[in-house]
Amino acid sequence: MSLPLSLPLDGGGSGWGCSSYANRMTAVVELVAAVKRYGDVEALRGVDLAIPPGQVVAILGPNGAGKTTAISLMLGLRRPTAGTARLFGLDPSDRRARSRCGVMLQESGVTDALTLREVVDLFRAYYPHPMPTARALEMAGLLDQAERQVVKLSGGQRQRLYYALAVCGDPEVIFLDEPTVGMDVESRRAFLDSIREFFREGRTIVLTTHYLEEADQLAGRVVVIDRGLVIADAPPAQIKARVAGKRVSFTTDRTLAQSDFAGLPVSHLELEDGRVRLLSNQPEAVLRALFTKGLALRDLEVVGADLEEAFLALTQRGGASPPGGE
Amino acid sequence: MTGPRAQGDVAPIPGIAWAQVRSVLLAYWRMPAFVLISMGLPVMFFVFFGLPNVGRSLGNGIRLGSYVLASLSAYAVSNVVVYNVGIGVANQRARKLDLLQRATPLPAWVAVLGNVVGGLILALLALLALFAVAALGGVRMGAGTWFTLLLWLNAGCLPMLGLGLAIGYGAGPNMAPALASLIYLPMAFASGIFIPLRQLPTFIQSISHYLPLYHYGQLAWITVGAGDETLARALLWVALWSVALLGLASRAYRLDAQRKFA
Repeated sequence: MSLPLSLPLDGGGSGWGCSSYANRMTAVVELVAAVKRYGDVEALRGVDLAIPPGQVVAILGPNGAGKTTAISLMLGLRRPTAGTARLFGLDPSDRRARSRCGVMLQESGVTDALTLREVVDLFRAYYPHPMPTARALEMAGLLDQAERQVVKLSGGQRQRLYYALAVCGDPEVIFLDEPTVGMDVESRRAFLDSIREFFREGRTIVLTTHYLEEADQLAGRVVVIDRGLVIADAPPAQIKARVAGKRVSFTTDRTLAQSDFAGLPVSHLELEDGRVRLLSNQPEAVLRALFTKGLALRDLEVVGADLEEAFLALTQRGGASPPGGE
Repeated sequence: MTGPRAQGDVAPIPGIAWAQVRSVLLAYWRMPAFVLISMGLPVMFFVFFGLPNVGRSLGNGIRLGSYVLASLSAYAVSNVVVYNVGIGVANQRARKLDLLQRATPLPAWVAVLGNVVGGLILALLALLALFAVAALGGVRMGAGTWFTLLLWLNAGCLPMLGLGLAIGYGAGPNMAPALASLIYLPMAFASGIFIPLRQLPTFIQSISHYLPLYHYGQLAWITVGAGDETLARALLWVALWSVALLGLASRAYRLDAQRKFA
């Protein structure tokens, strides 16, 4: 399992966003050669990442890629096995650092018997400069629920409560680990609007997500993590151009070989009897070339690749591979 | 963000600690069933076993009412620190309260302290309820004795608190209640809390003298003049058990934290 030397983007840890601007400013969050092992599993295999103040960064990656581990290191919830993690230049578990950040985790809980107002008040007490309780609840769209007990909230409302808890300390940086899980479309939109509004004033956001569109709406920088490594680090437009591939599948009357696709912009080519499946971000060009060869295509399907497939495209190892040939 | 801020700003600990204690007490208040058992059972037992013969003499000037009150006082406090604190902590862990708290500026030790102080306040309330019923029911003791009883019961509960916290940080939410009952109830019987030691089988009496709850009970019994050992000896045993059980609790806490945050 080795990665290609030439990455699809000019990525790698030291790529976009850590340029002269970042170097002049003290990074809010910094991972240096961060490695995290859980027993035999290597969740992060050497990640370099520096996030300057005011940047909105989406960490994207398939399940188990190491996104949550990366956030855990940044927050000092976990210690790196090797390398370092820094928050405002301090050890991330330092109270002075934590007093300047807000967090929404995937796995979290609060005392169910308390009312929303009581929970927010409790968390406000942890911070030196909290915002008014009503404002935190309002930002989360929960002001009218202030006197309800947490136990009575729906999954989506609970998620928004966690958002209120993340912002109530009026943080300079906020970490959101899969924040919109469990929210319906309407809540999600309102939620993203609220974040955009709040962070207009030079705050830093670090967000992990499955959803490319979410990253696209919020972030100025997308970091793609796969199998514990940063494989791309670029503005969303660049990532999208790379990732917004289509999945093409069709059946042909004669059996095709790998060589039939030589020079075409395809990846993850699968040939099985007469059935062909491939990923491409220029499906028109591929199909044009095939038609030019006089091939008769049946059952043609061109659909937008989902994110898992898009990641496949990003993580491809040297282009087309024969079926079962890894 | 309003205006410039000092870089090293943190919220003062007393304010955080108070907020934490308050949230623990509020949670107790909102789950009255659990609290009623802790506060109600000792009172109920007193009404059943103490009240009918409250003035009966046990010899040496000891009244049955005072003796039963002393036993049930130790029971009341132990109940709270083993069940409410211990199982409360296990439930908090099950609900992943600790995960989110850990990412905030709340120091981990303040979170533990909040549970302990909240529990001790509840224990104090349980004691006061029991005292009130006892006084109304005809238990007559000097003001100094009442006060000393209150003091020893609060100060001496460390071993039982250690047991509660060890269960809370060591066991899951399903296991904790069972484990607490399995350890604590037989211990209460064998320590002479429900039945005077002299009426227990001899082999149980022979273990009694090693149990933490027995010596904790002695602190109460000595106060009402019905002790079986000297105060110094009882305190020494309580201190030893405090070290052992709080040590166990601290180990359970560390293992739990290491699993989640290493």
